[in-house]
Amino acid sequence: MKNSHKKAAASYAVNLVLVLLLFAALYFLVSSGTVNRYYADLISLVCINVTLAVSLNLVTGVLGQLVLGHAGFMLVGAYACALFTKSSALPISVSFPIGLVLAGLMSAVFGVVIGVPALRLRGDYLAIITLGFGEIIRVVANNLKITGGAMGLSGIQAIANRKNPAGMLPYAFFIAAAAIFISFAFARSRHGRAVIAIREDEIAAEASGINTTYYKLLAFVLAAFIAGVAGGLYAHHLGVIDPAKYDFNRSVEILIMVVLGGMGSITGSVISASVLTVLPEALRSFSNYRMLAYSIVLICVMLFRPTGLLGKYEFSLSGTVARFTGKKKPAAAGGVKGGGAQ
Amino acid sequence: MNVFMTQTLNGLGLGSIYALIALGYSMVYGIVKLINFAHGDIIMVGGYVVLLMMVTMGLPLWMAVIGSVLFCALAGVLIERIAYRRLLNHGAPRISLLITAIGVSIFLQNLFQLIFGSDAKSVPQMFAFPPIAIGSLQIASSTIINIVVSVLMMIGLHLLVNKSRMGKAMRATSEDAGAAMLMGINTNHTVAFTFAVGSALAAVGAVLYCNTYPQLKPVMGNLLGLKAFVAAVLGGIGSIPGAMLGGYILGVAESWTKSYISSNLTDAVVFGILIVVLLLKPTGLLGKNVKEKV
Repeated sequence: MKNSHKKAAASYAVNLVLVLLLFAALYFLVSSGTVNRYYADLISLVCINVTLAVSLNLVTGVLGQLVLGHAGFMLVGAYACALFTKSSALPISVSFPIGLVLAGLMSAVFGVVIGVPALRLRGDYLAIITLGFGEIIRVVANNLKITGGAMGLSGIQAIANRKNPAGMLPYAFFIAAAAIFISFAFARSRHGRAVIAIREDEIAAEASGINTTYYKLLAFVLAAFIAGVAGGLYAHHLGVIDPAKYDFNRSVEILIMVVLGGMGSITGSVISASVLTVLPEALRSFSNYRMLAYSIVLICVMLFRPTGLLGKYEFSLSGTVARFTGKKKPAAAGGVKGGGAQ
Repeated sequence: MNVFMTQTLNGLGLGSIYALIALGYSMVYGIVKLINFAHGDIIMVGGYVVLLMMVTMGLPLWMAVIGSVLFCALAGVLIERIAYRRLLNHGAPRISLLITAIGVSIFLQNLFQLIFGSDAKSVPQMFAFPPIAIGSLQIASSTIINIVVSVLMMIGLHLLVNKSRMGKAMRATSEDAGAAMLMGINTNHTVAFTFAVGSALAAVGAVLYCNTYPQLKPVMGNLLGLKAFVAAVLGGIGSIPGAMLGGYILGVAESWTKSYISSNLTDAVVFGILIVVLLLKPTGLLGKNVKEKV
C-alpha cells in the first residue's frame, strides 16, 4: 500500500516536471519571437479549446449526458470576466485572475439553475435544456444593456499584446493543465466512480445508495465552472465579445472534439481538441464545408466507432515507461492513470 | 378586450404550427425514445421545397404542398434508415442516438446553407384570403387556416393511430418493441412509418409557417424545433392530444408575452415554461406516469 502511494507521488512529480518543461519550451518559443504572433495566438487557442473539450468530457464522457449549450456557459463566463476587468480599478494582472474565478462561479450558478430541473429526472432532458439555454442566453445578451447588446462588448484589455506576446500563454496553458488534472483526479476519485456508475446504469447506481441527482449535478456544475473560466480566457484572448460567436455551432465544435477523441478519454479530448483547432486554420479555403464535414464525422463515428477514435484509452507516462522497460504487463499499465477505466 | 382576443387568436394560430411539429416529436419519442433533433430541420427542408417548387419551378400551390409533404416523408424515412436504424437495432446507448440526431440536424442546416445561402429567403403569399371580421374583431386568414388544418390533422392522426392496422402496430411497438416483434409485427417498418408520418406533419407545419411568416432561413429549425419540443413536453411527451394542447398553450403564452411584456423575451418565456414544467410536472399535462421496470 505504502509502495503504491510512493509510486503515485513519483508519477505526479514526473508529470509535473514534464508539464513545466513543456510550458518553458512554449514560453521561450513565443516570448523570444521564434514563432510569430499568429502562432502564439494559435497556441493559446489550442489551450482554451483543450480546456473546453476536457470540461465537456466530464459530462458527456464520464457522466454520459449530452450537453448542447457549452458555448452558453462560455458566454456567461466571458461576460462575467470581461465586465469585472473592465470595471475594476485593479491592474490587469490582478483583476484578470479574479475575473476568471468570477467567470467560473457565475457559470456554475447558471449550471445549477438549469441542471437542477433537468438532472433530477431520468432521461435526455439535459440535452434539450442546454440547447435551449445556449440559444436563449445569446438572445438575452443581445437585448441587455450591460452586455452591450447585439454589438457585443469591446475594449476588453487584451492580455497578450505587441510588447508581451506571451502574456496569455501562462494563463491558458496552466488552466488547461489544471482542467486536465482536475478531470483525471475527479474521474478516479470516489465521486468520479459514483458518476461513472450512474453512466453505466442509473437505476442500479441509485439502488446502491448513490445520490444520483447530487452526483450528476456535481459533474455538470464542475464542467460549467471550467467552461466559464475558458470563456473568460477566450474573451481576453480576442479582446471583444461577439455573442454571435458563442452560438450553437460553437457548442457543436466542442462536442465533436469530445466525441471524436472518444467519450470518456481525456487523452482523446486533448488530442482531438488540438488537432481540430489547428486543422481548420490550415484549411481556411475549406471553411464553408467545415460544419458539413463535422456533421458527417459525427454521424459516422457514432455509427461505425461509437467509442470514438481512442475509446476510453488514457495515455499514461509511467505506464508507457513501464511497458518499454518491460517491468509491467501492458494490460496493467493502461490502468495506472485510467480516467474512464477503473 | 379586442386586443386580448386578437392576441389570443394569433397565439392559437402560432400554436397550431407548434402543435403539428410537436406531434412529430411526440410520436418518434413514443416509439423509439429518441429526441429527434433533426425534426426541426425537416420543417426547414419542407419550407425550402415549397419555395423551390412554387417559385423556381412555377408549379401551382397544391402541387407544391403535396410535393413538400412527400419529400419530407421520404427524407424522414431516409434519415431513419441511414442514421438511426443501425443504432436502434443494436441497442446503442442513448447518448449515441442523440449525438447522431444532432449530427443529422447540423448536416441538414449546413447543406441547405450551402445550397441556398444563409440569408433569409422571402416566400410569396400562398393563401390570399381577406381577413374575416366578427363584430369589430379582425381575424387574419392565416390564423383560421392554421387552426382548422391543425385540428383536421390531429383528428386524422388520432384515427390513424387508434383505428388502423398500422396504428395498432405503432402502439404495440411503442409499448414493447421486443414483444411486438414476436407477434409478427415488422418493427423496422413501423418505426420507418412513424418517421414518415411525423415528417409529413412537419411539412404541413412548414407550409403553415411560410403562410404565416413568409420567411425562410437554414437555421430556422433550431428554435422552432426547440419550441415544439417544449410544447410536446408540456403536453406530455408521447401523447397526441397532449402535443396539441401543449402547442396551443405555448403559442398563446408567446403571443401574450409579445403584446404585453416584450417581443424580445418570448424565447426566454418559452424556456422558462420548460424549466417550470420539468420542476413541477415532468410527465406533462396529459402524460402518464410510467413506472420503470428493471
